[in-house]
Amino acid sequence: MTVRISRAAALGALAAVGLFGSARAEEIKIGEINRYSAIPAFTEPYRKGWQLAIEEINAAGGVNGKTLTVVSKDDAGKPADAVTAANELVAKEGVALIAGAYFSNVGLAISDFAAQKKVFFLAAEPLTDAIVWSKGSRYVFRLRPSNSMQAAMLADEAAKLPAKRWATVAPNYEYGQSAVAAFKRLLSAKRPDIQWVGEQWPPQGKIDAGPVAEAIDAAKPEAILNVTFGPDLVKLVREGDARGLFEGRSVVSFLTGEPEYLDPLKDEAPQGWIVTGYPWSQIHTPEHDAFLKAYQAKYNDYPRLGSVVGYTMMKSIAAIIAKAGSTDVDKMIAAAEGVQVDMPFGPIVFRAIDHQSTMGAFVGKTALKDGKGVMTDFIYRDGAKYLPSDDEVRKLRPQD
Amino acid sequence: MDLVFAQMTTGLASAASLFLVASGLSLIFGVTRIVNFAHGAFYMVGAYVAYSLTTRLDGALGFWFSLFAAATIVAALGAAFEMTLLRRIYQAPELFQLLATFGATLAAEDLVVLIWGPEDLVGPRAPGLQGAVALFGKRIPSYDLLLIAIGPLALAGLWLLLNRTRWGVLVRAATQDREMLAALGVNQKWLFTSVFALGTFLAGLGGALQIPRDAASHAMDLPVVVETFVVVVIGGLGSTFGAFVAALLVSELNAFGILVMPKITLALAFLVMAAVLIVRPYGLFGKAPAAARALVGVAARPWKPLRAGGRAGFVALVAVAALAPAALGDYGLAVASETLIFILFAASLHLMMSVGGLASFGHAAAFGLGAYGAALATQWAGLPMLLALPAGPLFAAIGAALVGWFAVSLTGVYFAMLTLAFAQIVWAIAFQWVAVTGGDNGLLGVWPAGFASSPAGFYWLTLAIVAPLLAALRVVVFSPFGYALRAARDSELRAEAIGVDRRAVRRRAIVLAGAFAGVAGALFAFLKGGVFPDALGVPTSVDGLAMVLLGGVETVSGPIVGAAIYKLLSIWLVSRIDLSKLALGLFIVALAALFPKGVVGALADWRARLGGSGRAR
Repeated sequence: MTVRISRAAALGALAAVGLFGSARAEEIKIGEINRYSAIPAFTEPYRKGWQLAIEEINAAGGVNGKTLTVVSKDDAGKPADAVTAANELVAKEGVALIAGAYFSNVGLAISDFAAQKKVFFLAAEPLTDAIVWSKGSRYVFRLRPSNSMQAAMLADEAAKLPAKRWATVAPNYEYGQSAVAAFKRLLSAKRPDIQWVGEQWPPQGKIDAGPVAEAIDAAKPEAILNVTFGPDLVKLVREGDARGLFEGRSVVSFLTGEPEYLDPLKDEAPQGWIVTGYPWSQIHTPEHDAFLKAYQAKYNDYPRLGSVVGYTMMKSIAAIIAKAGSTDVDKMIAAAEGVQVDMPFGPIVFRAIDHQSTMGAFVGKTALKDGKGVMTDFIYRDGAKYLPSDDEVRKLRPQD
Repeated sequence: MDLVFAQMTTGLASAASLFLVASGLSLIFGVTRIVNFAHGAFYMVGAYVAYSLTTRLDGALGFWFSLFAAATIVAALGAAFEMTLLRRIYQAPELFQLLATFGATLAAEDLVVLIWGPEDLVGPRAPGLQGAVALFGKRIPSYDLLLIAIGPLALAGLWLLLNRTRWGVLVRAATQDREMLAALGVNQKWLFTSVFALGTFLAGLGGALQIPRDAASHAMDLPVVVETFVVVVIGGLGSTFGAFVAALLVSELNAFGILVMPKITLALAFLVMAAVLIVRPYGLFGKAPAAARALVGVAARPWKPLRAGGRAGFVALVAVAALAPAALGDYGLAVASETLIFILFAASLHLMMSVGGLASFGHAAAFGLGAYGAALATQWAGLPMLLALPAGPLFAAIGAALVGWFAVSLTGVYFAMLTLAFAQIVWAIAFQWVAVTGGDNGLLGVWPAGFASSPAGFYWLTLAIVAPLLAALRVVVFSPFGYALRAARDSELRAEAIGVDRRAVRRRAIVLAGAFAGVAGALFAFLKGGVFPDALGVPTSVDGLAMVLLGGVETVSGPIVGAAIYKLLSIWLVSRIDLSKLALGLFIVALAALFPKGVVGALADWRARLGGSGRAR
């Protein structure tokens, strides 16, 4: 309640200032939180992405005649600090809404805060299913394709493989656990003949890759599901290569095709893995060309998937506020349900039923080209096709 | 059988890299008594420098030269760090150097991103050792075989250095009795610098040797420093051979453990450490330290209870604090509540650390148990806030009693490490037991009751709980129990001679401090609307230590001032500055260098010099 009052007061004050001709009244403040200090490899391109979007939006006259400004905060890698940051954005900065977040636990913490304080929250990156389903809330929307959606895309490909014995390796925290669980459930449903013969759960960021590789090998799987990423993935690839872990085996891997994780591997990038990712240099659609050109012109660097996420996040916010015609929370929620946003992969829609966007992902195979990892045979999988039906969602999501 | 062989060799290879880093830490601690938190940072810098060099210098020669050069550069950095910073603060209270090295670590994490960029850097593989050798039907990476050879070679080299050179004799003498060595006219300054350089050389080499296996990243320091501490303590502080055996033990248990229970890696090393310390309080090969000649933790000025003026001052301060809602906005009040909570947390740690001489590296466990206790009481028992709050201190006190029962016979760093082990085990349980604790997503929806739901209401509630508890802690310090605790800290023999039951007194202090931290944790859960495993994590414990040390470990009011400065500054920096860790780290280093007695300690000195009555407040 206090939030409402203070926002009303703030808007009132702004309106009063506006009467006297100040330009400051003509802006909409967006609050943004991410793990800048803890995961710079993702957040730097992400920040460049949303900054580009803000520049484009404001150059085109802003939203409803007002310019968008962003107040950006670091969550220092902790959910509790993210709540502090969210509180600062809402109570002190008087932002119209909050967006961002990277890890699932931070996304859920901000989501709970948003529901408590009745603030609009657009979760950009967190992948956990809970954020739109089991812990879904009317104040929260999510942009990226969730764990289940990516698992479904990969399970489709995995079902086509002859392999019957599968082993999994995933970081031991919520993301890894729920990715493995979703993949297992979906693949077993398609292929009841499949056996799960082994699982490894290295701690995130602390994989002891040699023993892990040997332990997977000892289970004699015909195919492997990998969910590790970042430095853990590097170690696993190196140890696995040297030990012949991947020889004669199919590998299905979450996120590995994203430039953030594929590029550091250079000429050691794995070949023939089935992955989700972002083959930025090979996507030739008008939407993506325009984005790529603008991004490269501004930064003299190529976009990562984080750049697309950051860019689309701000474009979505602009679309929602434009459709709502105001920054009133209830109007923004009503507007966001079913809003269509044009993003570099094509148009997406935020579903009314569970507030999940239909942004999809590229699924393809990794290969080596000119000493660098690339994706080949990829195809864009529209997220809408990998989301459960409305009836199923009603069972998964608390109805409000 | 071939699997056993494969796991054994990978375990040996991991052990070798672990040993290199751990032996450096052990050397530094043995001689200088510094808990070098920055050891992981030196390891990280070693990896980054090695990346830069190996990607620029071609050929096998260039590669191996690069690794060696990287370690040498790290050693030079280490020596410079020792000469410019640590030399100033050797005389500071025990553990104070931890604060400086912690600040340096924070700064280093941001610095490497600033210098090398945010992406993980993957260097080349070792020339000639990219492949694998088939042994017993298993392919063993040739680089692993090299590492397996390096481990014992390094051990042999260190043994020769320590046992067959004059320098080694001095190092061993210093490890055993620093004062005696100084009395014999040995220049300790250069001995310390050279030991620190060698120790950081080993850390840098350990990091550089990871280049063919690992990616250099800005977060690789913390896991390494924690794991090497565990290894050093299991082996026995100052024992190089012990570190070798412990590295083997931890690595092999890890390699085989994941075959049986893949998720155990989270806590395995700490389980081993706890088991070893309970059976052998000084580690596998450590010896009980010689009886301290100087009294430990003696304050420059005896502590005195507040007189009427001081008490009135405290009441006035609380009264002013109660008026804060008139001046601060909603956000300011939330920050003020958080600061009050951490003041209570730091004050409870102070009771153990300064009054009891029991530095805990795992005080976050009590804080986190308090938070989980309150959250579970609301989530599972459905209790309202006021009834759920007491569950916090109850949980924390039970946890502390358990730890106290095992840890009470340990002292110094061994006590600190056993508390760390317990905290990490509790953390692993909270992280892993998803059904009850929600795993790393934590427990959400723990919002305060209606009357405290506004920021001002919650702030008043926090103040109404924290202020009396701070007063109570002060009363405890100057109660007969507090004197007994200080007596047990300052001289065990004399305390026992006058009838102080050292163990009973310490056990009570641990439980009391745990309960107070539990109150702080319970309030924290309601402030944040939830609780997450990192409330129990190493960084929370280290924050608590930094607060107490910053304020002044030898003072009574130090933790209050230290916690306020640290918390407000870190919230402000994180909110304002991109490179907040760099700024906070440098600030801590500067404070450590300028005020070796902490901020309150420096103030007291200053007052004394001005001819005041010289009370330690």
